Amino acid sequence: MRKTRLIARLDIKGPNLIKGIHLEGLRVIGSPNEYALRYYQQGADELLYMDCVASLYGRNNIGEIVRDAVKDVFVPLTVGGGIRSVNDANELLRCGADKVAINTAAVSNPELISEVARRFGSQCMVLSIEAMQVGVGKWEVFTDNGRESTGLDVIDWVKRGVDLGAGEILLTSVDREGTRKGFDIDLVQAVTQEVTVPVIASGGMGKPEDMVDAVQKGGADAVAMADILHYNRATVGDIRRVAKLAGLDVRNYEAA
Amino acid sequence: MKPLEVTLIDYGMGNLLSVRRAMEHCGATVTVTAEVDAILTAPRVVLPGVGAFADGMAELRTLGLDATVRQVAAKGTPLLGICLGMQMLLDESEEFGITDGLGLIPGRVVPVPRISTQGKPQRIPHIGWNELVVPPQGCVDWVGTVLHEVRPNDAVYFVHSFMACPSNPAHRIADCLYGGHPIAAAIGKGNVFGCQFHPEKSGEIGLKVLMSFLSQ
Repeated sequence: MRKTRLIARLDIKGPNLIKGIHLEGLRVIGSPNEYALRYYQQGADELLYMDCVASLYGRNNIGEIVRDAVKDVFVPLTVGGGIRSVNDANELLRCGADKVAINTAAVSNPELISEVARRFGSQCMVLSIEAMQVGVGKWEVFTDNGRESTGLDVIDWVKRGVDLGAGEILLTSVDREGTRKGFDIDLVQAVTQEVTVPVIASGGMGKPEDMVDAVQKGGADAVAMADILHYNRATVGDIRRVAKLAGLDVRNYEAA
Repeated sequence: MKPLEVTLIDYGMGNLLSVRRAMEHCGATVTVTAEVDAILTAPRVVLPGVGAFADGMAELRTLGLDATVRQVAAKGTPLLGICLGMQMLLDESEEFGITDGLGLIPGRVVPVPRISTQGKPQRIPHIGWNELVVPPQGCVDWVGTVLHEVRPNDAVYFVHSFMACPSNPAHRIADCLYGGHPIAAAIGKGNVFGCQFHPEKSGEIGLKVLMSFLSQ
């Protein structure tokens, strides 16, 4: 029913767009908003900004980057990293974000999911989950860019998060992130089978066809793409064409 | 060229930064205000808004702006309601009981159907990109409307749980289909326009809508 969304993911550290492998070994790519503008012009359906260090060092300058982005990026923006309270969320929304993604603080204080959903609507509250495989068909929730184990089972946590009011799930496979090996389809499928809210598959997109698998086999509603775009291995337009050819219902858009 | 001027009504419902930036991107000089005189003298007025209908109307009334918006419309000033701002242009809404609207376009605001025309449950809110289509009995073409530069099947971005049902089909400029049900995506009556979608989040198509409004 809903269109499959192509989301460009921008991982941010301080003033820089960065990219890592398994969310670590971060390498500077460039200026976030130069890339944001490029992906907007290529026809990204949404942009996702994730501030990698905010939850570790308590800094929060992602708002400035977002405020700058909305001068020339006119698609929905999701922003995550370091959000600990309704006020933090409100501040990012005031900077021009349309949704907030919360991971670490949601694990330590699940009630925050409900508070954000009540105040701004469920559609605004994206539960961000960093998943690492710990056994056959079993994944554990991690926080702080895959560094901190929580002991939570991903499927249990997704269900609880949705019950608490999360309107969307950003599902990042730490195992696949930055590897270009394709999405962890089993993980995506395990999550999409359990919930009715939209699920964004993230981590591992190496080629446009990986996105088709995440949607057709995994049941994802959207895919987040970083590395494949940052290193110019494909444009959003290339990926949209592959999606259309595969019969996916994507937004009708031709880049100018 | 005379700078394009537009005034956004700031009545505390949602963040106006994105609308402001999109208007500026279109070359407009933007004023954000809740002052009656500034709104009444503006060459173009936008009524934005995100949130519940009753809250929006209550805020407008508290600020004395409900009458102001009606005056703006009566004077012939181009007026654009966005999302909740569009819904408030109608007579009334069923959201949390019946609440009176501004009554500028006849009709009612009702919930987005929860069941598709094929009998399947569908997700509410209706959120995401959806294509604009010509309503079966609606506006015959988009020339001269806020969709002047837009073509059928161009996609725009929606986030809403309620929808406007203008009682006169001629006031429907464009629909989108959700689960087979037509949803009023853009409405208009004379100088009064409304977009259920968010032009400020609808990429280049959305900017065309804002440009067309600025040319009104």
